[in-house]
Amino acid sequence: MGERLLTADDMEKLAIGATILGTGGGGDPYIGKLMAIQAIEEYGPVRLIDVEDVPDDELVIPTAMMGAPTVMLEKIPNGSELVKAFRAIEDFMGRKAAATISAEAGGLNSTVPVGAAAKLGLPLVDADGMGRAFPEIQMASFSVYGVPATPMVLTDEKGNLSLLQTISNLWTEKLARAATVAMGCSAMITLYPMTGAQVKACAVRGTLSYAIRLGEAVLEARARKEDPVARIVEETRGFRLFKGKIVDVLRRTTAGFARGTIKLEGIDDCKGRTMEIEFQNENLVAKEDGQVVASVPDLITLLEVETGTAITTEGLKYGYRATVIGMPCASVWRTPAGLKVVGPRYFGYDVDYAPIEERMATR
Amino acid sequence: MKYRLGIDVGGTNTDAVILDLSNQPIAKAKTPTTEDVTSGILKALDAVIEAAGISPAEISHAMLGTTHCTNAIVERSRLSPIGVIRLGAPATLAIKPLTAWPADLRSQLGKHSYVVEGGHEFDGSEIASLNENELRRIARELKGFVKAIAVAGVFSPVNPSHEVRAGEILREELGNDFSISLSHEIGALGLLERENATILNAAVVDVAKKASEAFRSALQSRGVRARMYFTQNDGTLMALDYAIRYPIRTVASGPANSIRGAAYLSGLSDALVVDVGGTTSDIGVLAKGFPRESAVAVEIGGVRTNFRMPDLTSLGLGGGSIVRRVGGRMAVGPQSVGFRLTEKALVFGGDTFTMTDVAVRRGMACLGDPALVRPLPAADVEEAFSTAIAMVEETIDRMKTSPEPVPLVAVGGGSILLPDAIRGASEVIHPPHFEVANAIGAAIAQVSGEIDRVWSLDGRQRADVLEEAKEAARQEAIKAGADPATIEIIEVDEIPLAYLPSNAVRLRCKAAGSLAE
Repeated sequence: MGERLLTADDMEKLAIGATILGTGGGGDPYIGKLMAIQAIEEYGPVRLIDVEDVPDDELVIPTAMMGAPTVMLEKIPNGSELVKAFRAIEDFMGRKAAATISAEAGGLNSTVPVGAAAKLGLPLVDADGMGRAFPEIQMASFSVYGVPATPMVLTDEKGNLSLLQTISNLWTEKLARAATVAMGCSAMITLYPMTGAQVKACAVRGTLSYAIRLGEAVLEARARKEDPVARIVEETRGFRLFKGKIVDVLRRTTAGFARGTIKLEGIDDCKGRTMEIEFQNENLVAKEDGQVVASVPDLITLLEVETGTAITTEGLKYGYRATVIGMPCASVWRTPAGLKVVGPRYFGYDVDYAPIEERMATR
Repeated sequence: MKYRLGIDVGGTNTDAVILDLSNQPIAKAKTPTTEDVTSGILKALDAVIEAAGISPAEISHAMLGTTHCTNAIVERSRLSPIGVIRLGAPATLAIKPLTAWPADLRSQLGKHSYVVEGGHEFDGSEIASLNENELRRIARELKGFVKAIAVAGVFSPVNPSHEVRAGEILREELGNDFSISLSHEIGALGLLERENATILNAAVVDVAKKASEAFRSALQSRGVRARMYFTQNDGTLMALDYAIRYPIRTVASGPANSIRGAAYLSGLSDALVVDVGGTTSDIGVLAKGFPRESAVAVEIGGVRTNFRMPDLTSLGLGGGSIVRRVGGRMAVGPQSVGFRLTEKALVFGGDTFTMTDVAVRRGMACLGDPALVRPLPAADVEEAFSTAIAMVEETIDRMKTSPEPVPLVAVGGGSILLPDAIRGASEVIHPPHFEVANAIGAAIAQVSGEIDRVWSLDGRQRADVLEEAKEAARQEAIKAGADPATIEIIEVDEIPLAYLPSNAVRLRCKAAGSLAE
């Protein structure tokens, strides 16, 4: 309940926490952070409101970026794209929205809606549609509960605007992905327009304030010379899976996705062991000496061993020393309907999902 | 007999060492850095050659490490007035150039900043065509007001054509000799960080030119016919002409050299290293014999860049740091008398209260005329000393990752300021030759070779291509003078280029080895 004001200072904490929840994907939130700060400085702080405070019949429109995170590190947006995309959905639906909300809690897409909310002069709902980062549009709790992703609007910095009406959220993903690639592999999007009642029914709640708390905990641990990795494991109810040095990163970018494999050689107490992590923007499956120890939809994140800084898949480099942690996902993903959309088999891995708590109990 | 000469030009002192074939220091010299740089290098060179008792012709390799560029950025002084042109509009306006820069540096370097239509998409196609008329207008507007221009185009590492064309236009308008830094030659992907590094590069080109001209003429005038190198951020060497165009690559060379020098001198492979110079102190981490590299974006003078550099914290504390009373408290630095220490400091008959005066007054060092600092109130001296030590302790604490004390190796001429016990350190080691650790680190530096190419993966195994790239880097290192037996691959970067018609990948590979004799 209640609300708080998001200031430029909160963006640093949000960026740190969101990168941990980004599970390697979602992009380095640095760009999103600076955009949000520039927007807050220009338009004032953003009201972060609780899900319960959104009136049932009001319209809420999520705002996000779509595309390859590496592209956004180069081609920074113009800044006006999301306002145009937001207004286009309002115009199409013939009604005004009362708030915006994050589509995903990881990386860029946690800070991007803050900048959008500042420019729109609207509150931001403290929730999102994933509780982490995922690579595709239909991989949202909104979708699991039957909310259509369209009408959806994509805009780019050049002034192009595309409005989609589709027969399914999978089609939305296909068409939007093609448009994103054509727009230069990065686009600003508004999608999943919802009523307040729908937000209450299907959003993953409290994730923005959770990401800020996580960021705060990391900064606090660093200041107190405590182990930030241990604090992150504690705050997220997660597990320390492996400690190693990155010895190879195999990458291939296909249709706007960065896919690949990270190979780690164990150090310290993990010496003599190896870990391989499969990623598709996000880290999806972690195998130690060939055995699966964690898989999507649970969260797998690489943390810089000493600072606890989360390493994104585009930031992976030979020689980095990382602690791999696993964290339980939002409960919506562990339902049969959730697993059908984001289980390991959807991503093409011959792996049966088991909650990380269970895997750890039998390890 | 062949010898190796290492020279380190700091803001305060110019150090020189001569090593024999087995890397043993046989002579060292320390002289004040002079305003013209050359006479300081000459003095150090003459002194070290005399001390070694060798002929200049016996020196086969000469390595120069310089903190000139770093000091200029940290002190915000001697920076050239520059223009900044980003090629990217209508993209990128959501974050303007020099955003998130420290205000003082932005006010110096951000006076003339523009975002012009141009730049590329990820696939090398244009975001917008380059606005050449606007570039010419800007060139005319800047003429006479700036000494260098930094140009950063969106996706220039993939397609540098707009940057190259912008450079041509600017030279047409401003003259062929006008200094232009193009971002694709400076940094990797990541617009803001590459742009930042390019801006800093443009601002210190003049500083680097002076340093290298001084080095070359000094060696020539003394009959040294050695191969000349600058040391760079990763602790390896680069040729002189290269260094003048990319001075930003020398920015962390001093600390990299001193960490490697400290490892060599202390025999330790894991420790904290503090290098106290005349103007700044750099604190780094020695991990398994090498500088710990930063895993995150590295800040230079408070500016974020994307070089791979030693994980360092710099603070404005050195032997030349100016001590003064500010609002009832004793403040130390970041202003420094720098190389004028021997004329400005009180112990040398000058009029400026410096940290060196504090050390002499406390009996920690014997320099100049100690009688000259005797009148300083003991309370002021103690307060200044405590302030300085607190600065070091706070930084050590930030660099450490566990509360357990670790050994601290203190090097650099200014390390006489440091006591034998410091909170957070298990012991403070002042190794032999501590005052020239930097020059020793330069003299033992390895030579590297780098390749950065696009490789087709069609019909080939990725592992084979990777091996070919590594071999090419090894060959580059051998060409640069490395002993094949000692070469190691120190960096491999793979950037996929899925948008090319064929399956292709951009590989950047770096190899380093010891100089072959």
